[in-house]
Amino acid sequence: MAKHHVTTTINGEPVEFLCSTRQTLLDVLRDELNLTGSKEGCASGDCGACSVMLDGRLVCSCLVLGAEAEGKSVETIEGMAEGDRLHPLQQNFLEDAALQCGICTPGFLVAAKALLERNPDPTETEVRYWLAGNLCRCTGYDKIIRAVMRTAAEVRGEAS
Amino acid sequence: MTGEKTEFKWVGTRAIRPDGHDKVTGRAKFGSDFALPGMLQGRVLRSPHAHARIRSIDTSAAEALPGVKGVITSADFADQPAELAAAGEALVNYRDMVRNVMAREKVLYDGHAVAAVAATSAEIAEAALELISVDYEVLDHVIDVDLAMEPGAPILDEELEPAGMEASGPTNIAKRVDFDLGDVEEGFAKAEVVLERSYTTAAVHQGYIEPHAAVASVSEDGQAQIWCCTQGQFMVRAYTARLCGMETSQIRVTPSEIGGGFGGKTVVYLEPLATALSRKTGRPVKMIMSREEVFRASGPTSAGSMTYRIGATRNGVITAFEGTIRLEAGAFPGSPVQPACMCAVAPYDIKNVRLTGYDVVVNRPKVAAYRAPGAPISAFGAESIIDELAKELGFDPLQLRLKNAAKQGTKAAYGPTFRRIGYEETVEQAIASEHYSAPLGPNQGRGVASGFWFNIGGESAATVNINEDGTAVVVSGNPDIGGSRASLALMAAEELGIDYTKVRPIIGDTSSVGYNFLTGGSRVTFATGLAVVEAARDAVRQMCERAAKIWEVESDGVIWRDGHAVPASSNVGDFEPLSLADIAAQSPKTGGPICGHNAQNVQGAGPGFATHICDVEVDPETGRVTILRYTAVQDVGRAIHPSYVEGQIQGGAVQGIGWALNEEYIYNERGQLENPGFLDYRIPVASDLPMIETVVVEVPNDRHPYGVRGVGEVPIVPPMAAVANAIENATGVRMEHLPMSPPRLLAALDAARLPEAAE
Amino acid sequence: MARILLTDSLSKQFTGGVADFEVAAPSVRALIRELEERYPGLGAQVRDGFISVAIDGDIHQDAFLEELAENSEVAFLPAIRGG
Repeated sequence: MAKHHVTTTINGEPVEFLCSTRQTLLDVLRDELNLTGSKEGCASGDCGACSVMLDGRLVCSCLVLGAEAEGKSVETIEGMAEGDRLHPLQQNFLEDAALQCGICTPGFLVAAKALLERNPDPTETEVRYWLAGNLCRCTGYDKIIRAVMRTAAEVRGEAS
Repeated sequence: MTGEKTEFKWVGTRAIRPDGHDKVTGRAKFGSDFALPGMLQGRVLRSPHAHARIRSIDTSAAEALPGVKGVITSADFADQPAELAAAGEALVNYRDMVRNVMAREKVLYDGHAVAAVAATSAEIAEAALELISVDYEVLDHVIDVDLAMEPGAPILDEELEPAGMEASGPTNIAKRVDFDLGDVEEGFAKAEVVLERSYTTAAVHQGYIEPHAAVASVSEDGQAQIWCCTQGQFMVRAYTARLCGMETSQIRVTPSEIGGGFGGKTVVYLEPLATALSRKTGRPVKMIMSREEVFRASGPTSAGSMTYRIGATRNGVITAFEGTIRLEAGAFPGSPVQPACMCAVAPYDIKNVRLTGYDVVVNRPKVAAYRAPGAPISAFGAESIIDELAKELGFDPLQLRLKNAAKQGTKAAYGPTFRRIGYEETVEQAIASEHYSAPLGPNQGRGVASGFWFNIGGESAATVNINEDGTAVVVSGNPDIGGSRASLALMAAEELGIDYTKVRPIIGDTSSVGYNFLTGGSRVTFATGLAVVEAARDAVRQMCERAAKIWEVESDGVIWRDGHAVPASSNVGDFEPLSLADIAAQSPKTGGPICGHNAQNVQGAGPGFATHICDVEVDPETGRVTILRYTAVQDVGRAIHPSYVEGQIQGGAVQGIGWALNEEYIYNERGQLENPGFLDYRIPVASDLPMIETVVVEVPNDRHPYGVRGVGEVPIVPPMAAVANAIENATGVRMEHLPMSPPRLLAALDAARLPEAAE
Repeated sequence: MARILLTDSLSKQFTGGVADFEVAAPSVRALIRELEERYPGLGAQVRDGFISVAIDGDIHQDAFLEELAENSEVAFLPAIRGG
């Protein structure tokens, strides 16, 4: 079976890869490019653990074919920190204990970042509905929601 | 042991967890993130039938497919004798275990493994599964626990001989257990009010987001390495060794980061298969379950059915409690019916209690432990009937609980007399909370419920190595499922008197640390924590000896204070304190490396109790329940890291809310699971919930140097009844079956409305 | 004399229903011997049968060497593990 040659940009770097027709973007990230920060929890778009940005849109990478990334820009959890400086969401997830086992954390961070870029002043309800596509079984979501709300306030320049 | 100190520098702080950065950057390696050069991909062929005899399996076409390197079936595993081993909360019989990982004579549930393939790619492995032909003789199946106990039910195991009772012919009842306290007849004779009710709960899955994954590599000399996500690397080693006919020293198991377990990763599924395939092919083999496989073939917890009778005097003294609890074990014996019986009314001081439990095999996956195994099921009924009793007696439901609360000296229905416990405190704090007296609107209701879990200790080993630059490494052996590295490091820093950031906790593989019982039973911060504290004290003792050598004084003339060796008194001499770093730097000249060690079987876990308050709003048109407000009060002994303690409580409460409102296994008439995915098996999402308020009560456990009891399991016990009681308070309708999903609640609301409409 | 409390299941199986009795034993090990003598099979069950022992309210997963006080309450219950 001939493989597809795909040219793309991942976390700002030009990347080329070969993939089979049936390989998802998540498969490619994990198995071909060793970017294992995106997780597979369901492979059906229900859990959000594989959330990435594709040309600025939040997607489940398990629902995107690798070949569909041709010419597009992909942002994953591995590109979220700048050098050794964590993104404010990452820092606040740590400080607020917004993770327990940590398997859903990359997906939540990517999704929360997408939210705050679109809506810097979300209500709690807006945060809860935006993140409703990301499943967490450990935390009951409480500390995740608080960390996102606090980050939004900080980024807006408000004291939390 | 406790009470040595009540002021702490590190214990009780909200420090950043040592593994945190790796987990927010995607760097942390979970089960499926591991890979080896030349690795094959393994896949499992699973039964489409709930119950069938395997006449034959033909793997020849699969073996002939290019890229396929090996195929295994039950023929690749030696049969095992019926022998019990501890597994999670349950006892596992190796004869059953070898049949669960790979079906032998029969398949016993939809999803039961019948063969496995290793190939050069996942695509080829999946194609090969299609080429395996299995000749099945399909048999009648039974899934419901009450139906499985009826005469004439399809029998899973003709040889099954029930324990604790006589059976006249084949049965699905694996065991009967009885617990008896006082004299229930006498208790009911004293009662002025007697209620009798029946309740059922659905089978639910632990629902960890990370599917099971394992990589095994067996070399030509028979030495094996396994990397997998598990709650217990030593459990994986023991079971895999046994099922694969190896010695434990031949297997080295390295636990990956673990993406949730909740009890579901206290058993083996893939590890023996990957090991057998690797041995057969001579290549490393990686196996990952799909989400569908997780639901179809890994441990749900039991569905349950129970009948309770409760008696009380008019002034609110519960005089008797009697019940029968029937739990599904799944395909092999071993439901958590014993702890279910023991926990049902453990929060209460009831003089006369009789509980009978039945462990029943049915055609679904063998249950695995799930957070306080058994207790949430039995407590759902018990806390519901107590609520009804309160209503009947005209009592506030928390005041009735307080009046009957177990306390120090109460003889528990399961045997022992309680030492100091904090149940009353949880009820008092709930009563005092602002939440409990807040106003409610139309269609809104408030419910409360309590819960209990034993917590456990167990075998634990830890090493504290003092590094040459004055830092320390804590080596222990329990996978960190929710922040335990942080709690262990906090306690070690407290003992050593050095900065928390100078303590690095790591989790050893089975060959680099002494035996540790698995992460479960709420034991890690308590039991492994105790081993870490003792190991740190061993290191401190050694450092005091080194200081004594440096100062040329007797070693008992040196004590440890705030991270420094200091003279015990002015009689010893006048010496400048030596810091941990000073002593470490001189260690080569004073006796070599400083390694504190401790290994013990930790006993004396402190029982945990919780009381929850739940407000709901019920939509009378749709039966949808919205959780408006939720408060969980729990005695944790001592919160070493309060954020992760709160997190455990919040997470447990929300799992319970899912169990209460939505989660259930749905089967078709052929016994196939219809909802093996997160779309149709609906766990709570962020938009379903409010913030979960926590009230942390600290009644220290005097068997732990910092008073730890354990926290992870208790919070899942009260929610189902708290929600049911709130729904009743809102609507007047009593839900006796879980889940209380919109269609079921709507039907109940409609049934209650019919008489009105008829008038 | 230590006071021994058995679950219903154990007393039905081994003691003909006696669930609350006294035994003179300085340790769990001695108690197991004593129980085996008095009710054949019970001592072995306690030793090998995945039974937890609660001594004065403290649950021990694998009790054997533990000492018993003059008035200790010893309850045998199914082994507790957990999720």
